[in-house]
Amino acid sequence: MARNVSTGRKIGTTALAWFVGLVIFFPILWTFLTSFKTELQAISIPPVFVGFDWTLENYQTIQTQSNYFHFMANSIYLSLGSTALGLIVAVPAAWAMAFSPTKRTKDILLWMLSTKMLPAVGVLIPVYLMFIKFGLLDSRLGLIVVLFLINLPIIVWMLYTYFKEIPGEILEAARMDGASLRKEITQVLAPMAVPGIASTVLLNVILSWNEAFWTLNLTTSNAAPLTAFIASFSSPQGNFYAKLSAASMLAIAPILIVGWFSQKQLVRGLTFGAVK
Amino acid sequence: MRFSMLTASAVALIAVAATSAQAQTTLTIGTVNNSDMIRMQGLTPEFEKAHPDIKLNWVTLEENILRQRVTTDIATGGGQFDVMTIGTYEVPIWAKQEWLKPLDGLGDEYDVDDLIPAIRSALSNDGKLYAAPFYAESVLTLYRKDLFEKAGLTMPEKPTWDFIAEAAEKVTDKDAGVYGICLRGKPGWGENMGFLGNMAREFGANYFDADWKPQFESEGWKKAVTLYVDLMTKYGPPGAASNGFNENLQLFGQGKCGMWIDASVAASFVTDPKQSQVPDQVGFGAAPCGIEGCPNDGFNWLWAWSLAIPNSSQKAEAAQTFISWATSKEYLELVAEKEGWANVPPGTRTSLYENPKYTEAAPFAGATLNAIQHADPSPTDDKPYYGLQFAAIPEFQGLGTAVGQQMAAALSGSTSVEQALSQAQAIATREMTRGGYIKN
Amino acid sequence: MRGDRSGNAMATTHTKSLARAMMAPAVIVLLIWMIVPLAMTLYFSTLNYTLYNPFSTPFVGFENYSYFLTDPTFLAALANTLVLVLGVLAITVGGGILIALLLDQDFYGVNIVRLLVIAPFFVMPTVAALVWKNMMMNPVYGVIGQLLQAVGLAPIDWMTEVPLLSIVIIVAWQWLPFATLILLTALQSLSMDQKEAAEMDGAKALSIFWYITLPHMSRAITVVILIQTIFLLSIYAEILVTTQGGPGSQSTNITYLVAQQATSYGDIGAASAGGIVAVILANIVAIFLVRLIGKNLDA
Repeated sequence: MARNVSTGRKIGTTALAWFVGLVIFFPILWTFLTSFKTELQAISIPPVFVGFDWTLENYQTIQTQSNYFHFMANSIYLSLGSTALGLIVAVPAAWAMAFSPTKRTKDILLWMLSTKMLPAVGVLIPVYLMFIKFGLLDSRLGLIVVLFLINLPIIVWMLYTYFKEIPGEILEAARMDGASLRKEITQVLAPMAVPGIASTVLLNVILSWNEAFWTLNLTTSNAAPLTAFIASFSSPQGNFYAKLSAASMLAIAPILIVGWFSQKQLVRGLTFGAVK
Repeated sequence: MRFSMLTASAVALIAVAATSAQAQTTLTIGTVNNSDMIRMQGLTPEFEKAHPDIKLNWVTLEENILRQRVTTDIATGGGQFDVMTIGTYEVPIWAKQEWLKPLDGLGDEYDVDDLIPAIRSALSNDGKLYAAPFYAESVLTLYRKDLFEKAGLTMPEKPTWDFIAEAAEKVTDKDAGVYGICLRGKPGWGENMGFLGNMAREFGANYFDADWKPQFESEGWKKAVTLYVDLMTKYGPPGAASNGFNENLQLFGQGKCGMWIDASVAASFVTDPKQSQVPDQVGFGAAPCGIEGCPNDGFNWLWAWSLAIPNSSQKAEAAQTFISWATSKEYLELVAEKEGWANVPPGTRTSLYENPKYTEAAPFAGATLNAIQHADPSPTDDKPYYGLQFAAIPEFQGLGTAVGQQMAAALSGSTSVEQALSQAQAIATREMTRGGYIKN
Repeated sequence: MRGDRSGNAMATTHTKSLARAMMAPAVIVLLIWMIVPLAMTLYFSTLNYTLYNPFSTPFVGFENYSYFLTDPTFLAALANTLVLVLGVLAITVGGGILIALLLDQDFYGVNIVRLLVIAPFFVMPTVAALVWKNMMMNPVYGVIGQLLQAVGLAPIDWMTEVPLLSIVIIVAWQWLPFATLILLTALQSLSMDQKEAAEMDGAKALSIFWYITLPHMSRAITVVILIQTIFLLSIYAEILVTTQGGPGSQSTNITYLVAQQATSYGDIGAASAGGIVAVILANIVAIFLVRLIGKNLDA
């Protein structure tokens, strides 16, 4: 496609693409800018774009009101913990589905996905009661398990579509050569599966990071992640746009940065078997 | 800077881990992210200094989320909170459910008798206090003195809704971005229904009659809602159907509203130069009346954010110590010392209103006290429930919000007032029948 | 597509039982996660169980179901759910195809534009809703309102005039990157040869798109629809933060209606019945999706 493109057309495409990109990105950019304004500048009419006195006061106010790092640490724990647990359970399952498929494999996969359609609010009270019973309220462990369960279907499916791309013939060839099972896994399969696992990990971390129903309802403070942090700033009294913007940036910045840096890996796995 | 914050928080985490091993009681306090509560949270070190054996762990959430959180927890006995911030709506219901511990250990110096009687009775059941008031409010008509003067208006001592309508028309100057009247429109039992329930009372109508039959199709509700929609459509700000207390506070503080009839606690915000652009121009009028001799002189609103201890808490003693501190006279003095008298949590103690330092610093003090003293939420012959701008029955939360949605639809023009009220009547009748109040 | 693996040499009895053992943990935990709350929900749905009277929960049979199904807003909520899902799907798939085509071109700064486009995917739903509601769509202070006023138009009061559309826009903004990325990956896998061959034959750009590009992307489109539908059926946070289902019931979906029963009425019986109804509806949708996939996504 790179060939035969006139410079004029390329400039036109560039302008259009940047316009579209900036329109899509604008809400985040605006939140970023607003987070450095004073409350009165944040609602000034007409709006100021960059010509204001940049201030860190919103970030300071927020940090004194609630300890950001406590919430961020919990977000990290929860998303990594649930992802790790998810991989332990999902990798073997997806592996088996991909390499020893039966007639029911597809049904099982779709059934797994359909469990995600259960409306969470409908089962809040049963789950809350169970959490009380097992003493899991406001514990990271309890939430890790819940996040693991709600994301497991997606993980299994993503891994399955990835593993399916690994040609079975390679396995057989390795076996013919008399490779042991361990060798088979570590030297032949792992290198091929790692990119798929990496993107699954990324997607799962993102989904867990942003999950806002269970994390809000099953935590109080010890295990509360950034979704609870945001709920402290969502509509307080008085002017709040600047502080809300700062809190929003704090809540999304870690995952946004991780996502940006790893977008290539992420995109590779996001295909869900969409590309043959 | 970033690194030092990180280390600081790491140290703090370790400190938390280390101290929890000692014989220290950690109280988990669920509260709303309103300014007065955030201020209280900021004064944590003062409390912990005075009570080194108690640590405070704050869970500050947006009102709706907090309410959902604490209700789930208390109803299932989850025991996640030692102190909960609840209102005059919850207290009578929860006390009756025996979900709350009576506050009988607030200490000798607490001076329970100093609590304003209307508030104290609102938080008591069978003579026992179940929650201690943190701040309390009734309703006021806030108006802009400068705009009124320009329009040649004087706020009467007892305004009528006819006067409010006239003033709204005269003050409105949309080209200058000034809207004659700002009222709540955001749907919710504690949002637009707080205001409309109060307004309907000003026209002599209640939520339910003595037989629990919903009254939304009564004359009083019709008049109130018709006038409300009419005023807001002609003289209100754009987007009124999504404006709640906070949004109106923002608008009024920006000088965009001629009048604003809302909770009296708003007075201390709009007169604070840090939050308002019109701090010196605010006048405080009484609540308007729609009919001759309207109930409670129009002050049909009583609310107190209060601190209570759920029965599931294992740390009731420490919790009472904290509540006693947070709702004491000394706390008011502490806030006054740090933030000035005008910023102390209002409406709870008689002694505050006898304190010349307060009445001098807070021009709204007299109007607020007057409003609170007039508001009487007790059941009457034609009103079987406790409450004014709400009805203290468990069903009201859902019912009030569903009705509030209908009112918002009428305000936004997607249904007529008539339709909205008959829908409201149908919804309420359905819920009250399901709740067993209306026998078939 | 590779050949059917079940017929090859790997599928011995031994590997079959090994495969079962490998799948077992995932299947079992999901079964428990699904069945235990579901069974409790089914049980609660037959009780008169409210949070305010948790100790007396008499059996009431199907009363909760008839109460939930006769809710005057039930049909509206059903319609809103459909509009929400289909609206977001239409915007994300349509917009996703166009943006994918654009990003597939050669232009300056393609990597940076990619980062800009993908960013909304990382934003928490609550944050997205708060930012759009306050900073973008507020009729007085919002950027959109100010832009409209700057060009002499009246600001739109998004949350009350077009509540459902507002939510569709917010949710579509969150999911557009996801659709774009998958579609872009599919687009980039389209071999140059195919297109060039078509160009040689003198085919117009539009017919190349229609007869070659689009069919090639159909599998990716199916995937986008499937994954997004699962998430879109249970939209809750965005509604809670912005319109709370109103005005009236104009932006209430089924999930929100069920949530209201639990959170604002404290009526666990009705919420459970609503939950079961929602599960049944979701399964009907799932059957449709399975048909769609059966055709298009032959695993």
